[in-house]
Amino acid sequence: MIRSLASLGASVLGLLATIGHLAIFTTQTISHLVRPPFYGREFGAALLQIGYFSLPVVGLTAFFTGGALALQIYSGGARFSAEAVVPQIVAIGMVRELGPVLVGLMIAARVTSSIAAEIATMKVTEQIDALITLSTHPIKYLILPRVLAATLVMPFLVAIGDIIGIFGGFLVATERLDFNAASYLQNTTDFLTRIDIISSLAKGAVFGFIAALMGCYYGMNSERGAMGVGRATKSSVVAAAILILAANFLLTEAFFSA
Amino acid sequence: MIKILDVHKTFGANVVLRGVNLSVAKGESMVVIGGSGTGKSVLIKSILGLVKPDSGTIIVDGKNVKKGNRDAFLARFGMLFQSAALFDSLPVWQNVAFRLLRGSLKKTKEEARDIAVKKLRRVGLGSDVADRLPAELSGGMQKRVGLARAIAVEPEIIFFDEPTTGLDPIMAGVINDLIHEIVSEMGATAVTITHDMTSARAIADRVAFLHAGKVQWTGLVGDMDASGDPYVDQFIHGRATGPIAALR
Ligand SMILES: Nc1ncnc2c1ncn2[C@@H]1O[C@H](COP(=O)(O)OP(=O)(O)OP(=O)(O)O)[C@@H](O)[C@H]1O
Ligand SMILES: [Mg+2]
Repeated sequence: MIRSLASLGASVLGLLATIGHLAIFTTQTISHLVRPPFYGREFGAALLQIGYFSLPVVGLTAFFTGGALALQIYSGGARFSAEAVVPQIVAIGMVRELGPVLVGLMIAARVTSSIAAEIATMKVTEQIDALITLSTHPIKYLILPRVLAATLVMPFLVAIGDIIGIFGGFLVATERLDFNAASYLQNTTDFLTRIDIISSLAKGAVFGFIAALMGCYYGMNSERGAMGVGRATKSSVVAAAILILAANFLLTEAFFSA
Repeated sequence: MIKILDVHKTFGANVVLRGVNLSVAKGESMVVIGGSGTGKSVLIKSILGLVKPDSGTIIVDGKNVKKGNRDAFLARFGMLFQSAALFDSLPVWQNVAFRLLRGSLKKTKEEARDIAVKKLRRVGLGSDVADRLPAELSGGMQKRVGLARAIAVEPEIIFFDEPTTGLDPIMAGVINDLIHEIVSEMGATAVTITHDMTSARAIADRVAFLHAGKVQWTGLVGDMDASGDPYVDQFIHGRATGPIAALR
């Protein structure tokens, strides 16, 4: 009894310590934003890696999800003869929730893992120590460029995901479900409001920040050896995915609860 | 120049340094020897602040290393890591010229590359390796690139962690001469860790022998053979039996 209480206490303390470290890490990262130098080349490379090279993954994910969504809404709507709402629900579902969340999770899988593995490997092979001895701050050189790039590029990825998702629904609706193309598009654009789009892009920025930050944090805190790198990578993806879903709930609450 | 006073360091249950005292004068070449796992690498990393000692004081140029501007402090040092620690995403020449491509010492790309190629030649590497990635080099070549990077901006104080490990005897000789030259001609202060007694004799002004978490013996390299210390004797002659246990 006492022992299980003690281990519970220890894990609560461990969690609190992690939250504390993470808060310090986040503040440090942000504080480097206003302190020169800024490593433009590293920032550019991160934009390319995180943004451009994620496009295929984002496009495919959104396309198939949009298509499946149209089919489900059609068959579900048919039960109370509301098949006609397919364009509106696909639009709102993609833009408000599925677009940002799915793109966020794919970025957690693709970007968080690669950042964590790369930085953890640098850590265990003493490359981070070498950076420091070469008068280069690892947060400035490795972390800020990645976090900033992810935060800035994710709204674009989400916007592209939203559009491709809606297009996936459109394609299924017009090819398989006999919707009229022009009125489908008309219904979609009429129905979406400005707040839908703003919330979608804002979620993207927050999720991008979380995804890159988790990769960097777990990478920098990796233990030694191959096992340390493996563990850092796994923890970073799990933490990023959970935090993205939790942040999504809070942001939905903030934007749409009224 | 460097004063280490009563430095202790423990990792978990592993007590590594138990009160190390050592001083290195300006322009001196100090060689640290000692068994594998005795904390030689930890000791030099402590000076640079890469490892935080549990207690004790480290003073460089009369100033406690924990105080003052880190950037200015680190700018005076060059370090060759035991594992070379090259940046594997950058080609060899950009590794060597890392400090010359960014920050306060920034030069044009052409100038930086020229300097990198010159430094590579000094460690016995031709200009053809300049554009290769570190992963494409052998261990000994990586070590030499690390050495070129450590001396690229001609720092005042240079640490070499096992500079000749993994090198053939001729290349080891080249590196010994290079370190000797850097100290005698450029007036740099050097601390070298090595297991290679030939190398130690070639580059050392003074030798410190680390054992059981302390500096067991220190003195001029010429006095090493007549130290009268059974630990040092066993170590420098590589005897399997003696006061130092083989199982560590
Ligand atoms: N970051 C670390 N975390 C945990 N233990 C460490 C760490 N760095 C070093 N150690 C431990 O400290 C001890 C001394 O390590 P160090 O690398 O300084 O040895 P060394 O004298 O350089 O040995 P070698 O000649 O084999 O390079 C070892 O037992 C090692 O396991
Ligand atoms: Mg070592």
